[in-house]
Amino acid sequence: MLNSYVKGRGVCEMVLKLEHVRKRFGNFTAVNDLSLVIPEKEMFGFLGANGAGKTTTFRMILGLLDTSGGKITWDGKPIDYSTSHLVGYLPEERGLYPKLKVRDQIVYLARLRGMQKSQALSELKSWLERFKIPEYENKKVEELSKGNQQKIQFIAAVVHKPKLLILDEPFSGLDPVNVEMLKEAVLSLKEDGATIVFSSHRMEHVEEMCEHLCILHKGSPVVHGSLKEIKRSFGKKNLVIHADFPLEFLKNYPGVVRSKPTMEGIHLQIEGEYIAEKILKEIVSQGFIRKFALEEPSLNDIFIEKVGDSYE
Amino acid sequence: MIHMNSFWIILFHTYINKLKTKSFIITTLLTVVIVLVLTNLTNIIAIFDKNDGKETVAVLDETGQLFDPFNKQVRAINKDINLTIFQGSEAEAEKAVEKGTYQGIVLLGLNDERLPIATYKAKSIADSSLFTDLQTSLQQVKTMLAASQIQLTPVQLEKLYEPVSFKKIALEKNAKTEEELNQARGLVYVLLFIIYFSVIMYANMIAMEVATEKSSRVMEILISSVSPIKQMFAKIIGIGLLSLTQLAVFLSVGYFSLTQNMESLKEGFFGVYGFDNIPLGTIIYSVVFFILGYFLYATLAAFLGSLVSRIEDVQQMITPMTMLVVAGFMIAMFGLGKPDAPFITVTSFIPFFTPMIMFLRVGMLTIPVWEAIAGIAILVATIVFLAIFGARVYRGGVLMYGQSNSFKDIKKALQLTKNE
Repeated sequence: MLNSYVKGRGVCEMVLKLEHVRKRFGNFTAVNDLSLVIPEKEMFGFLGANGAGKTTTFRMILGLLDTSGGKITWDGKPIDYSTSHLVGYLPEERGLYPKLKVRDQIVYLARLRGMQKSQALSELKSWLERFKIPEYENKKVEELSKGNQQKIQFIAAVVHKPKLLILDEPFSGLDPVNVEMLKEAVLSLKEDGATIVFSSHRMEHVEEMCEHLCILHKGSPVVHGSLKEIKRSFGKKNLVIHADFPLEFLKNYPGVVRSKPTMEGIHLQIEGEYIAEKILKEIVSQGFIRKFALEEPSLNDIFIEKVGDSYE
Repeated sequence: MIHMNSFWIILFHTYINKLKTKSFIITTLLTVVIVLVLTNLTNIIAIFDKNDGKETVAVLDETGQLFDPFNKQVRAINKDINLTIFQGSEAEAEKAVEKGTYQGIVLLGLNDERLPIATYKAKSIADSSLFTDLQTSLQQVKTMLAASQIQLTPVQLEKLYEPVSFKKIALEKNAKTEEELNQARGLVYVLLFIIYFSVIMYANMIAMEVATEKSSRVMEILISSVSPIKQMFAKIIGIGLLSLTQLAVFLSVGYFSLTQNMESLKEGFFGVYGFDNIPLGTIIYSVVFFILGYFLYATLAAFLGSLVSRIEDVQQMITPMTMLVVAGFMIAMFGLGKPDAPFITVTSFIPFFTPMIMFLRVGMLTIPVWEAIAGIAILVATIVFLAIFGARVYRGGVLMYGQSNSFKDIKKALQLTKNE
């Protein structure tokens, strides 16, 4: 279904393509038969628990690890050091030189990505302004708080204006204010034309930001495609009912997959819209209904369904 | 284009950042001070010696006839020893020694056969050179007395004492003369020290550098920008430049200081191990072996450093390597006295020892050129092998985290880079 979507868009130059990619470490299979197409200027989300194979996939995309099978291409060629100036990478394990000043650090890393020193400095300045930390330019990294170190790390990944940006868990370990700040930055990079691949174990981040996503479970892709399509094809819906009479009997109502009583009523997962209609008819005469809402399934629901248990 | 550049960027980044570190500056300054002290040693000793190097010894001569010949002999051996007859009791003389007036006392007497016997008393008997001089002198006196007792004529006596004529001639055409050998020994000695310390110090620095980048996790960004192999070599050469910078400082300070003190040094250590007219060949060999030795151990250190994930583990990981260097140095020290021992010949072809021991051999002996070239060839081949193997381990090693202080990790690191 993803392929048809891409074809529908017509010309796709800088497409990132993974074809039947596998990775084994000895007897352990880290990634198994992963095929994806990530169109240019898209935001693509990788979901999965720890050990699902996200980081390994990223490392293979970047050419840090060789694949055990399959092919990864970007713009028709594998990513290697000749294209590294077009690629930005925020590794999951954050790391900068603790003893180096922010400025020296960023300039060094930017120059390694083929940038001129003066250019790197002006980019750095504007990023520091944007993150409201211009005073840190001449501080050593070890003197910064963890959250601010993460911002510097993010700047290191994007300072050279990459066309392809790979962010491994970009929001982990940040407070909500900083998460918002970084989200805005990521979205603005996307608007500037970068293709962004990012991983998260927080569903809501992916749900909020990505058009396309892939859920990895133990190295295998269990769901992938566009968010809308995934939700539509999932079929099941969520139904929230608040009422001042008991609703427990709905637990065993035909067509109800799951139920969870709440303070004010009940949350149900139902097989389709028609079940909601039936339920409404059934309860409307029983008393006052304060809320009756039919909702799209969340990614979390889909994940639980596909994988069998939640990881949050 | 970016390809060519990144190598130099890493090289100079490594060089300049290391150059600026406090530890580097302090080590360099300290060593400069040590070099200055060593090259000015004779002057410094003179400053601290309040008696201007002269030692005064009191002599209590029971016999009344031994002092003169004894004094004559002592003067002949060492002009700086001053003997004076002490008028007074032994107890008084001991007091004077304790006060510091005299270095020691010699009690002279005659035994039953009318030959000299003596006792030496001093605050401590740690200064053995003074005692040895006194003993040698008295021995001469004794021999003279004994000779006259058996009524040898002075002519007979002279015959007895005449040194035997014993010349050393090397049969090999280019063999080194005794003088040249001493010179070579001194030079080789100094250069061995330089190779030894540089290899240990800079190999350590490289391992630390790699481990620091790995433990701070900056490595993953680095290897996504620049290939690990290029990084490894840029680092090795960057630190190599650093070592050359440091050596240049030491050598120029040492040379300057030496030429300033040439006169006073002629007499001491440097007189024996002459440093004037060092053969050009030895210099070239020393540079070649220094550079090759550096590359061998630097490559080894870089890939060992890539296997640890915590800086604390670096020392443990490179201990076997340090042992190799130390072993090479010990063998070389032994070889200074016996450079043509078969053991030395064999070990000079073992690549981990070649930089020191083959250098020792070319410096001290006249060995066939092919032997030196063979040694260098084996060394270069080993470096190339280590570089290729090391680069592969490095590539996997830098992505490997966790408990890592065993050599099993090498296998694991290689597996990471393998295409299955």
